[in-house]
Amino acid sequence: MRLTKDLVAASATPLVLGILADGDSYGYAILKQVNELSGGEIEWTDGLLYPLLHRLERVGHVESAWETPPGGRRRKYYRITGQGRAELAEQRRQWTTVVETLRGVWEIAPLPRPAWEAGL
Amino acid sequence: MTVSNDSELEEQIAGWRAYVERRPEIHGGDADELEDHLRSRITELTDAGLQEDEAFLIAVKRMGTLDDVSREFAREHSERLWKQLVLPAEPDAPTVARSRRELPVALFCAVLAALAVKAPALFGVGLGGFYARNLGLFVLAPLAGYFVWQRRVSPRVVAVLTGLFVLGAVFANVYPLDDDSQSVVLTALHLPLALWLVVGVAYVGGEWLSAQRRMDFIRFTGEWAIYYVLLALGGGVLTGITVNVFSAIGVNTDDFVGSWLVPCGAAGAVVVAAWLVEAKQSVIENMAPVLTRVFTPLFAVALLAFLVAFVVSGHGIDVDRDVLILFDVLLVLVLGLLLYAISARDPLARAGLFDRVQLGLVISALLIDALVLVAITGRITEFGFTPNKTAALGENLVLLANLAWSAWLFFGFVRNRAPFARLERWQTGYVLVYAAWAWVVVLVFPPIFGFR
Repeated sequence: MRLTKDLVAASATPLVLGILADGDSYGYAILKQVNELSGGEIEWTDGLLYPLLHRLERVGHVESAWETPPGGRRRKYYRITGQGRAELAEQRRQWTTVVETLRGVWEIAPLPRPAWEAGL
Repeated sequence: MTVSNDSELEEQIAGWRAYVERRPEIHGGDADELEDHLRSRITELTDAGLQEDEAFLIAVKRMGTLDDVSREFAREHSERLWKQLVLPAEPDAPTVARSRRELPVALFCAVLAALAVKAPALFGVGLGGFYARNLGLFVLAPLAGYFVWQRRVSPRVVAVLTGLFVLGAVFANVYPLDDDSQSVVLTALHLPLALWLVVGVAYVGGEWLSAQRRMDFIRFTGEWAIYYVLLALGGGVLTGITVNVFSAIGVNTDDFVGSWLVPCGAAGAVVVAAWLVEAKQSVIENMAPVLTRVFTPLFAVALLAFLVAFVVSGHGIDVDRDVLILFDVLLVLVLGLLLYAISARDPLARAGLFDRVQLGLVISALLIDALVLVAITGRITEFGFTPNKTAALGENLVLLANLAWSAWLFFGFVRNRAPFARLERWQTGYVLVYAAWAWVVVLVFPPIFGFR
């Protein structure tokens, strides 16, 4: 399923911060994890993750460091900061509100039936 | 998998990387990061049984089109673009045609500014006070027009811009001010400032809420000032040579030079300097940050020396009427040094020696200003407020508040407590305060002080 652009933009930050809160990671692994957690439903354009990570770094939500494992190639790891954790908590609060509200809305508004069935 | 296959893949990756690196928005470190990603993806796909060349193609496709990716990098790292000019434009035909029309349109706007300055005199409309009040309008309206065309600003923003210019025009002229009143001078100084920030709205193409675009306008302002001074110097040489060459053959050109060449040149140069900044960003290194690097340590030393001398000599500050203005100028200078250091800084770099020097500069300026303010408060309570003193004092407080909070943020940054972006955001947000203050002086001061 392809999410709309706005939904991707809104959810990308909490997703990335949430994954980093679980431990330091690098771009490719973050993408894999998003893919797995969503059961393959959410697929980002790979290249666009990096500008997002750089933005989070600029505003101070994450830090980065290059690491070279012995015999491997240099790789940039990202780590969440205290400020990033605070932001994650705040985003989580907001998303919970939205999700709960939506759940209520789905209950009072079932999927629309075609107009002719409704007798209009 | 054979060796030749492997080297073929390496070749393909190297080719892709060279292509990526040709993008000015993507720096070496970012290319490393993207390449690492590409390789991880290829490994995953080949492990799943794909041929290497197929895996490479899919990995590149998954990366997204390079135009999209570099546009996102450009959004995030707008300071890098500064040397390279504007977002990678869609390579469609109209854009190319536009860039060819760039110079004629800029020249047209420059001529418009020159004519606007000359027209009232030709119709015999006043001198002196009239020009002092309206000069900013005459030259900055064509400049705003240039950016409206250049940025394809939306009609809604054009309406806002027009409204603000009309507001300035009405209030500059509607008050009954004497040509030698203090309020005329204040309007002459503050209206151009207010309108310059209106030009800023056109410059950022209406995206005036974006902190990064505001920072671009701050960069633009510094470069523009430098280009304008350069043009003025060149114009001075041109004028000197013209006058002397003609006087050598006995032709007197004083009149032409004084009433045509200098005013028209000065007005037109406002637009031409803006066009130069836009067109030549990619050609030369930006100047304002370079000058900042040179003068920040020098000013810091000078201010510290003053503080030491003040303490050692025990001599109080002589408060005469120009002292407030002098210290406003000092604060503006320090703020300028701070702004242009910020604008050219890599926001991710760690705090270094230069940042400490800068912090020292800001703190010494604050100390000196506090001393002056104490000295001056007594004087104002003794002799009461005049428009000039109130304006100078207000400016002092506006700048003082900015610098004090900047010093605090800077302090946090030097101690690695706060990201640099916070300081940047503070400065770009504060632009609104300048705008508000300038409009207050133009619109509210004359009636408050009884049109003195």
